[in-house]
Amino acid sequence: MSFLELNKVTKIYPNGTKAVHETSMNVENGEFMVFVGPSGCGKSTLLRMIAGLEDITEGNINLDGILINKVDPSERDIAMVFQNYALYPHMNVYNNLAYGLKNRGISKEDIEKKVNEAAKLLQISEYLQRKPSMLSGGQRQRVAMGRAIVRSPKIFLFDEPLSNLDAKLRIQMRLEIKKLQQKVGVTSIFVTHDQVEAMTLADRLAVINNGLIEQLGTPIEIYNNPKSMFVAGFIGSPQMNFLEGELKNKTLTSEGFEINNVTSDFNGPVILGIRPEHMSQTDKGLINLSVDLVEQLGSDNLIYGEIKNKKDFCFRCPGSQIIKKGSKLSLNINDNNYYVFDKSNGNRVN
Amino acid sequence: MKIKLSQILAHIVLILGVLLMVIPIWLSFASSTHDTVTILKEGMKFGLGDQLTRNYNEVLNEKGGWSEEVTAAKMFINSFIMALGIATLKVIISAMSAYALVYFRFKFAVPIFWLIFITLLVPLEVRIFPSYKIVSDLGLTNSYTGLVLPLVASATATFFFRQFYKTIPDELLESAKLDGANSWRFFIDFLVPLSKTMIAAMFIFMFVYGYSQYLWPLIMTTSEEYWTVVMGMKIIFTESYEGVALPRTAERFAYIILSMIPPVLVVVFLQKWFIKGLIQTEK
Ligand SMILES: Nc1ncnc2c1ncn2[C@@H]1O[C@H](COP(=O)(O)OP(=O)(O)O)[C@@H](O)[C@H]1O
Ligand SMILES: [Mg+2]
Repeated sequence: MSFLELNKVTKIYPNGTKAVHETSMNVENGEFMVFVGPSGCGKSTLLRMIAGLEDITEGNINLDGILINKVDPSERDIAMVFQNYALYPHMNVYNNLAYGLKNRGISKEDIEKKVNEAAKLLQISEYLQRKPSMLSGGQRQRVAMGRAIVRSPKIFLFDEPLSNLDAKLRIQMRLEIKKLQQKVGVTSIFVTHDQVEAMTLADRLAVINNGLIEQLGTPIEIYNNPKSMFVAGFIGSPQMNFLEGELKNKTLTSEGFEINNVTSDFNGPVILGIRPEHMSQTDKGLINLSVDLVEQLGSDNLIYGEIKNKKDFCFRCPGSQIIKKGSKLSLNINDNNYYVFDKSNGNRVN
Repeated sequence: MKIKLSQILAHIVLILGVLLMVIPIWLSFASSTHDTVTILKEGMKFGLGDQLTRNYNEVLNEKGGWSEEVTAAKMFINSFIMALGIATLKVIISAMSAYALVYFRFKFAVPIFWLIFITLLVPLEVRIFPSYKIVSDLGLTNSYTGLVLPLVASATATFFFRQFYKTIPDELLESAKLDGANSWRFFIDFLVPLSKTMIAAMFIFMFVYGYSQYLWPLIMTTSEEYWTVVMGMKIIFTESYEGVALPRTAERFAYIILSMIPPVLVVVFLQKWFIKGLIQTEK
């Protein structure tokens, strides 16, 4: 039996919006699970049902062996970090952390000990007497984390907690959250629409689209083996290139080239997916790219160009290779690292 | 420093406004330091006279009324109790009913809110007979409860609290819930401290409202023991000469000045929060 079990959980809002469809999944004890998906796909709704902030329309949620569908959020022993932090504006940092403990009837000395420990862990000891309005974004973020940690709950929930921070701080906090979770070892669910965050934080991640889990797995599994065009396009940066084509008797024809011996029995119109980093330059390659634009990132170059009818085709090469706008490149796909999807429904067929 | 013409104009307008407010009070005060005969002969005085202690002493200690038993001091106490009761209960009840309206999405919350709102159109004066009937049926005439209770429901304060609660982000409630706060704790630990400036502002308004009630205590009380300051203003300090009632003007002015003190004190003590409550919502 898993630590957290969702069993055919469905959410229909009173206005008729179906936000989550029959979702089932398990989260193991100590695991860092990430829900990733575009905005409006139902990530927050799923998280809020786990927290008890939204009613569950259908299905069951079990936490630590107990059915929690009808358990009040205050009794679930769950901590949540909100996007806007939701710090208590009239309490100083100390009381922000202590409030949840006070409500649990913990003695004053124990509260002080726990708060000081958490504050030390998060390096907010200096700010304990300040009100949240006197803190910077990053410090507020830490206080919000501290408020979750100090209670040592069964599970941490994070709803896009980094999206209000600037890019640099976001990367730094991302790292800290990961480290912290490893240190504290509490089961966590982290919601984000940012695939880089998802990839870097997750032990396992669930890619969600339109209220459905499209794929569940470790970041590398999902990157290497996306089950659908949606997942393939969502995970990976820069995005996978998609080309229209036709598969017939294991031969794929697309934008001026052919691939033989495709490992699929599918026949019909398909979409061919190639990641920008899965190609390299050769003399007589499969793909002929005329370069329109070069983005130099330093370590890498991103080359954008045209192949036959497809514009903005992206190819990634080491930053040491000098490629000029207007030049023509000949590319090969490395190690048959390409993906074929049924055009009608987006499912992977190779 | 350059002073702009518009600033000078603004100050002139403000100074005129202040004078308009202050001069009548000063006139009353100055007049309260003369004796009645002077005032009756010469009209209200601008300068101070020499009867200050005598007049004020008389006002506070003389027994008046039909039974010659009620003193002005007693009336001040009555008014203070009435105003305090009305203000306190109004604030508590309005804050709590606004809490119910905003946070408990029960079925008829919106119609109930409008129903409460409509009572703004039905002030006590309009419903005074039914109110009196109810209070007297309950046997509450000539009691502090009877003075206070019919006035404690307040649509205005409920409305202000409701608008304020609506600006508090939902996440705060959700976060508090996850921290183990029940509805009662959320009200006490969050809404009350967050709205304390609002509470102070409402308290002042309602105190002054309660203090200046005239019609209701007049109808409600038959015993002089429950007379209030505002009622007293009409009744007290009338001298009878062979059946003709003559006002004792000087004492009345002293009485007016004294009657202003309690509300002024409330404003002075609460003004720091009061002003904050009117101009900003602390978040
Ligand atoms: N309280 C609500 N009432 C009705 N529909 C809602 C409510 N909250 C969210 N939704 C809808 O449910 C869907 C999923 O929302 P949400 O879970 O917030 O998405 P995400 O967090 O992935 O951006 C969206 O279509 C959204 O419009
Ligand atoms: Mg969301």
